[in-house]
Amino acid sequence: MSPRLEDKLATFLLYILAALAVMFLLAIIFILLNAGIRVININFLISPPKAFQSGGGVGPQIANSFMILFLTLIFTVPIGMGAGIYLSEYAKENAITAVLRLSIETLSSLPSVIIGLFGLLVFVTTFGWGFSMISGAMTLTVLNLPLMTRITEEALRDVKRDLREASLALGATRWQTITRVVMVSAIPRLITGIILASGRIFGEAAALIFTAGMTSPKLTPDNFFNILRPAETLAVHIWKVNAEGLAPDARRIADGSSALLIIIIIAFNFLARSLTKKLYKRLTGA
Amino acid sequence: MKPKMMDKLGSFFAFFCALLSVLITIFILVFIFFKGIRTFTVDKISIFHFLFSANWNMENQNGQAGALAFLLGSISVSLLALLLSLPLSLGLSVFTAEISRKIGENFLQPVVEMFAGIPSVVYGWMGLSILVPIIRKSFGGTGFSLLAGGIVLGIMIFPTITSISVDTLKALPRDLREASLALGATRWQTIKHVLLPAALPGILTGVVLGLARAFGEALAVQMVIGNSVRIPDSLINPVHTLTSILTMEMGNTTWGTLWNDALWSIALLLLMISLFFIGLIRFFAKRRVFR
Amino acid sequence: MPKKKIATIIALCLVGALILSACSGREKQGEKQNVSGTIIAAGSTAMQPLVEEAANQFMAKNPGIQVQVQGGGSGTGLKLVSDGTVQIGNSDVPAEDKLDKEKAKELIPHKVCVVGFAVIVNPAVKVDNLTKDQLIGIFTGKITNWKEVGGDDLKIVVINRPAGSGTRATFTKYALDGREETQGMALTQDSSGTVKKAVADTPGAISYIALSYVDSSVKVVKLDGVEPSKENIVEGKYPVWSYEYMYTKGEAAGVVKTFIDYMLGDEVKPIIEKLGYIPIGDMKVTR
Repeated sequence: MSPRLEDKLATFLLYILAALAVMFLLAIIFILLNAGIRVININFLISPPKAFQSGGGVGPQIANSFMILFLTLIFTVPIGMGAGIYLSEYAKENAITAVLRLSIETLSSLPSVIIGLFGLLVFVTTFGWGFSMISGAMTLTVLNLPLMTRITEEALRDVKRDLREASLALGATRWQTITRVVMVSAIPRLITGIILASGRIFGEAAALIFTAGMTSPKLTPDNFFNILRPAETLAVHIWKVNAEGLAPDARRIADGSSALLIIIIIAFNFLARSLTKKLYKRLTGA
Repeated sequence: MKPKMMDKLGSFFAFFCALLSVLITIFILVFIFFKGIRTFTVDKISIFHFLFSANWNMENQNGQAGALAFLLGSISVSLLALLLSLPLSLGLSVFTAEISRKIGENFLQPVVEMFAGIPSVVYGWMGLSILVPIIRKSFGGTGFSLLAGGIVLGIMIFPTITSISVDTLKALPRDLREASLALGATRWQTIKHVLLPAALPGILTGVVLGLARAFGEALAVQMVIGNSVRIPDSLINPVHTLTSILTMEMGNTTWGTLWNDALWSIALLLLMISLFFIGLIRFFAKRRVFR
Repeated sequence: MPKKKIATIIALCLVGALILSACSGREKQGEKQNVSGTIIAAGSTAMQPLVEEAANQFMAKNPGIQVQVQGGGSGTGLKLVSDGTVQIGNSDVPAEDKLDKEKAKELIPHKVCVVGFAVIVNPAVKVDNLTKDQLIGIFTGKITNWKEVGGDDLKIVVINRPAGSGTRATFTKYALDGREETQGMALTQDSSGTVKKAVADTPGAISYIALSYVDSSVKVVKLDGVEPSKENIVEGKYPVWSYEYMYTKGEAAGVVKTFIDYMLGDEVKPIIEKLGYIPIGDMKVTR
């Protein structure tokens, strides 16, 4: 075969492959959504689950997912950003930094089951917080800290050197430079990163089964913000109805919850993209 | 607050956050290490037996804590996942970086990113409700199998490998392409003989990251793999993995028993494997010529 | 921006303070459980739906008392109650089977109800009765084809339950006379729902589940000619059943006692029956 023909053929095959891959992926999403969307109605979205009758919903689980997400972000964002700032702006290339990098890499590669078991022993039993929102949020903080750190570090490193130098030359302190110049120009990437991390937190189940628990009380105004109450999230609920669901319509609930999770995650993705575009335009004045 | 003061405070805050990450990591490592070695120090099971025996019988008092079946299960299901996803990932990344960046960036990458964001329980549910029945109808058996686990994991790690490969290919200097094309090579020859070899360390990093994810994934695998303690012997038989035995039996054991210790030893083994993967990634990073 | 930073730091401190106060609050609760009225029960996933439902009914009647029900598995429940992390540990197995002697001695068992287990097969299997020996043969891997026990020429697919689960312990003891199930023959599923689904969908499959999960998608097999019905269990004719326990550390007192008494009382009976369990009061035999 002549090289030219081979080139043509390879290009053609790659086009086919790309088309097939996209079709395959979209087909999976379509099947999942198709099974689930019929289930989702207002009753499904607000009513609590039923233990052994049909017609339960996932209202409390949706609320819990957002509560745990919010609580986790409160811890993860400042600490992760702090560590990211340190790595990008302050760290010298020495042994301490090497240890730091190795730690963060190690932490990010640990299976979430292990982090969940760790959370069970430390937050649930040793600290005595029991199966609760706060135990779950702390565990997820440990799980997502490396991701947040990496996002911040990469976003800050991408900011041009001259910006920093100009700011320092104008007499700003380092901290002022970081917070008012560097961070501001990195905002679009930081926001994107936070939203993508949110997607991960929202869908995590393995680390939460042993920490935030597999039940949710009936939500009332008094217990809604009580961080010591158990809080089963939507992702954990899918796991649970599969495991010990007595409800005859367990399949329906799992289908609906899966579709709901996918829709929310896609919405997160979409939000991240459009926000980045908007912010970028505003910042660059384009 | 004075700017100078704030400056001090800020740098201290950043350092403190970084230190916290180190402390958490060390704490987890030490913690799992001490819980995980009890099997060998307190219960006097030999490490050799733990690693090379597939006899996992914990119900009677003189338990046999052999984890070989789980180790082989994890290895085989992860390799199968890699085998299924690597060709697809490579093809897509070459397409996105070299053939049509426009289609790639506007169409392929958003789809791949979307897949990276889908939670693992949803993958598990998909495998359980769609894939397992298909395998059962095609090959007989129960459908819960190594194959089902491999396919589900393959779809899960495919975004990881693809996005890293795309980044690596895009980061290659233009001169490489231009020099090759100027010498009269076709685009395909350039890709095959110049670009892919140059991008190899980066692609391997993606592969290792994908493998690490496959090894650590618990729920999606447990839902479809059948969880049977046996040495993997065929694609359509059920197997057990290091992670699925943890999620399955941890709740039924109590602290301080050999059974519980052995499960923590499995957690320690998982940790060691994670560390090994990190070592590999660092090794490849050193060999990357074009960043 | 620095103002924002300060705000963030202050917010962090506040959250920290919140947590600390919550912790100390939790400790205070431990001292005077009777007043604050929060009960946490954790453990057996098989009991979870029952206890949850009973707790909901109980809370509707006693608005001052909060009952939280958690899963985690029998082992976890016993461990947590023995540590004092939770007030009630739900378990399908006696504490002596899981904890060491001293720890088990501190725990007081409360038998809540009885659960029966049925051997189920795929609806296409023509066998509707198995002797104990045949059952043992199937689960230890000696009998591998349905034609050996009077069915069609079809491979037997055994679906195990995970080692350590209460369901499996009961089945081994009373259906297999203590003979260990052979590992690694077919699949193991830790959840009753998945077991039922797998048996319903897989030709030649056999497994066992709690009576509460049995429905028309699977076929129930008689054991030595005895149907696993409530009457046969109550009379002591059908052997495969076990108690469901609630353990407390020391004698139950205060609101915990109130709740456990409620669980054993007449008001929960309809829930127990609706879920396919058998109230303790109905049993004519004991173990």
